[in-house]
Amino acid sequence: MKEDTNKSNLKKEFEKVYRLAILTIVIVAIFGLIIGYLIINPQFFDFKKDDSTTELPEIAIEEDFDKIENGIHVSTGFVDAPGMKETIQNCTNCHSSKLVLQNRMTAERWKATIRWMQETQNLWDLGANEDIIIDYLTTNYPPKEKGRRAALTDIDWYELK
Amino acid sequence: MQRRKFIKGATLASFASLVGAEIVYGLKMPAGYVPLALQEPDPFKLFKKDAGMVVLNDKPWNMEAQAHLLDDKVTPSSKMFIRNNGLIPEDINIASWKLTIDGESVKNQKSYSIDDLKSKFKAYTYQLTLECGGNGRSEFDPPAKGNQWTVGAVSCAKWTGLRLRDVLEDAGYNNDAVYIGYHAADLHLSRNPEKEPISRGAPMAKALQDETLIAFQMNGEDIPLAHGYPLRLVAGGWPASVSGKWLTKISIRNKVHDGAKMEGSSYRVPCETVAPGEKVADEDMCIIESMPVKSLITYPKSGAMLSEGKKLSIRGHAWAGELEVAQMDYSIDFGSTWHSCILEKPVNRLAWQHFSAEVDFPKKGYYEVWARATDSRGKAQPMLLPGWNPKGYLNNACHRIAVKIG
Repeated sequence: MKEDTNKSNLKKEFEKVYRLAILTIVIVAIFGLIIGYLIINPQFFDFKKDDSTTELPEIAIEEDFDKIENGIHVSTGFVDAPGMKETIQNCTNCHSSKLVLQNRMTAERWKATIRWMQETQNLWDLGANEDIIIDYLTTNYPPKEKGRRAALTDIDWYELK
Repeated sequence: MQRRKFIKGATLASFASLVGAEIVYGLKMPAGYVPLALQEPDPFKLFKKDAGMVVLNDKPWNMEAQAHLLDDKVTPSSKMFIRNNGLIPEDINIASWKLTIDGESVKNQKSYSIDDLKSKFKAYTYQLTLECGGNGRSEFDPPAKGNQWTVGAVSCAKWTGLRLRDVLEDAGYNNDAVYIGYHAADLHLSRNPEKEPISRGAPMAKALQDETLIAFQMNGEDIPLAHGYPLRLVAGGWPASVSGKWLTKISIRNKVHDGAKMEGSSYRVPCETVAPGEKVADEDMCIIESMPVKSLITYPKSGAMLSEGKKLSIRGHAWAGELEVAQMDYSIDFGSTWHSCILEKPVNRLAWQHFSAEVDFPKKGYYEVWARATDSRGKAQPMLLPGWNPKGYLNNACHRIAVKIG
């Protein structure tokens, strides 16, 4: 009797696992088919929406955009420090973060550069973010002294035949 | 490629989600325009550039060569620097492309199709040196803002086109003409169609030179897209920003052209020299015209190691803006002694000149080979940085390579 109960319990357990496995296979197959179809027809989910819609669908790439690795914001190359978010939001709409990252300026010269962009390049009023951005840039990217002629560095030595 | 196809059918919202931020001027985006962040991500494939080129900026595109990449006598497109101020125009239709000649001083405003230009005017070919005004900016101290070019924003390709002079004379101009200004099809970074990314020009005297072309070919082929397809103004020896790409209009002005990046501190240096870091008012800044004398050692690449007793053959190019290079020297002792190089004549005016030398090293050790060009008026390249200026233009300091004998 006891053995029978055990047997039927075991059988029930087995059936449960079996059903779960079937379900998993079915779900995987359905996803596989959808993905397969999307590869053939990538526009399938692009329902004709009004182009001016402002809703931003959350997708995986959005998470990647915020990714920080070894203290560096991967998609822009900025150092992860206070003011980075404001800098990205205001300084990478028109031009690349690469233009910012190449430059080393004092607070005064960053301010002059911002004014120039506002006067000639359609940059908006940065409000309270202006000081935050300038602090971020001068703290993390301070000017380096180069003198009148720097020494050759990073020489890639090779045997000349 | 798959990625591009996918993007074509997408909506603004899906663009924004891919970019990871709201596209602020999204509604002003032209139909069919693919935001830069989503354009072909590999500029080397997109522009067919050599793998050794360096990307300084991707919005807008700015790429430079390295000294050793510029070894060819005629620069191929794959090794030509890109300096863009705005977004490259899309959907270029050469059948409907028009070049208009207008301005206060034009006699008859005229528009020409590309076929009109090719059939009506004689074509000329010149090899012309184009160097970015900011080439070498990265060396200035205190640093100057902008793309931090090292040495590779220079090229000397073969350009084919009509003389600008012939076209200006066909439209006719009055005696009060002082300057020409170009307009082009590229788009401002803010995507505001009212704003031009760049619209520069040159005085009439430069516009009327034999070598100033409205080019439709580079190195015998259609001009590559990144370099101005289908029409480009080419004014050798002057900052390359005078050589407007994607040309749609030339205005004959009765005053100095006042287009984008003609005024303020753009492509200007202090009229009088200033101390490094000094503030200079806009009215004390003067427009750069001819570029200064300069040279590059293009062979060998810096970092060569040779065995003792071996001679080293060096070669490279030298140029001097409007002038010719008269003398070329090298030094292996930091300028204590100079030795002359063999210097060739230019193939035509405003083309760079080739130099070469056989260098002997007295004993083992670390050396630098410095190259110095002198122009036809006796002005030589400085070994130190030349006069500091707020925007970091005109660095023509001597180029040098490191060599080890051991």
